[in-house]
Amino acid sequence: MTLSLDRSIVTRRLILRGAAAVALIGLGDLPLPALAAANDRYPEDAFKQKSDADAIKSLYGKSAEASDKVKLDAPEIAENGAVVPIAVTTTLEGVTSISFLVSENPNALAASYVIPEGTLPSVANRLKMQKTSNVIAIVEAGGKLYSATKEVKVTVGGCGG
Amino acid sequence: MASTIRVRATSSGDNTEVQALVQHPMDSGYVKDAQGAIIPAHFIQQLTFEHAGKKVFVADWGPAVAKDPYVKFSFKGGQKGDDLKISWVDNKGASDSTIAKIG
Repeated sequence: MTLSLDRSIVTRRLILRGAAAVALIGLGDLPLPALAAANDRYPEDAFKQKSDADAIKSLYGKSAEASDKVKLDAPEIAENGAVVPIAVTTTLEGVTSISFLVSENPNALAASYVIPEGTLPSVANRLKMQKTSNVIAIVEAGGKLYSATKEVKVTVGGCGG
Repeated sequence: MASTIRVRATSSGDNTEVQALVQHPMDSGYVKDAQGAIIPAHFIQQLTFEHAGKKVFVADWGPAVAKDPYVKFSFKGGQKGDDLKISWVDNKGASDSTIAKIG
């Protein structure tokens, strides 16, 4: 009990520190949406957000619209939530970043990939899922966000002890 | 010491397809050990691929990436025999890197 209490305090402090850092950057001449793909800094704050919407906002500074040009390949049923193969590919041009979110995980953002010019907008990876959840793929192309969502049913969770 | 990174990079002429497998526990910080104590979060935060001095792919990972992570992507260019440099750093500051030949 004490342990989990300590954890939440530490987390809150870290979030506050992260928010302060964002505020400091915001005072400079760097526009916030440019943060996401423009540099290679690890987006610590985005990974700490709990909900998918907050994580997307923290990472990109804007929200996404659903697009049938984003093809999300994920299983209908994952027998083992500890290893769920998920891939995304898109026909969109000018892709700069691709991210994966699992809505029901403790922290929604799972992975975010920088796609420099010359790299194809297609990524496959393996994620952990605590329970049945929507999986969201975000593609940033031409400064806009596009998404695809699919529900994956998990029969054995990937976060339990 | 054996590298934690295993890479297969294959050039098809126009594109190079890269598959990487990294040995890492990727502990989420939510799992308890046999004694009921929480296993602290320990995960790779950033995995970078460089070809000819240019970053061709950067992965930012949270603890929800599966243990012994796998990733696949492709980039334009890359000839057979070229070097591909791969490096990672985790949330405890540990790191590893390797250089693979494109085949």
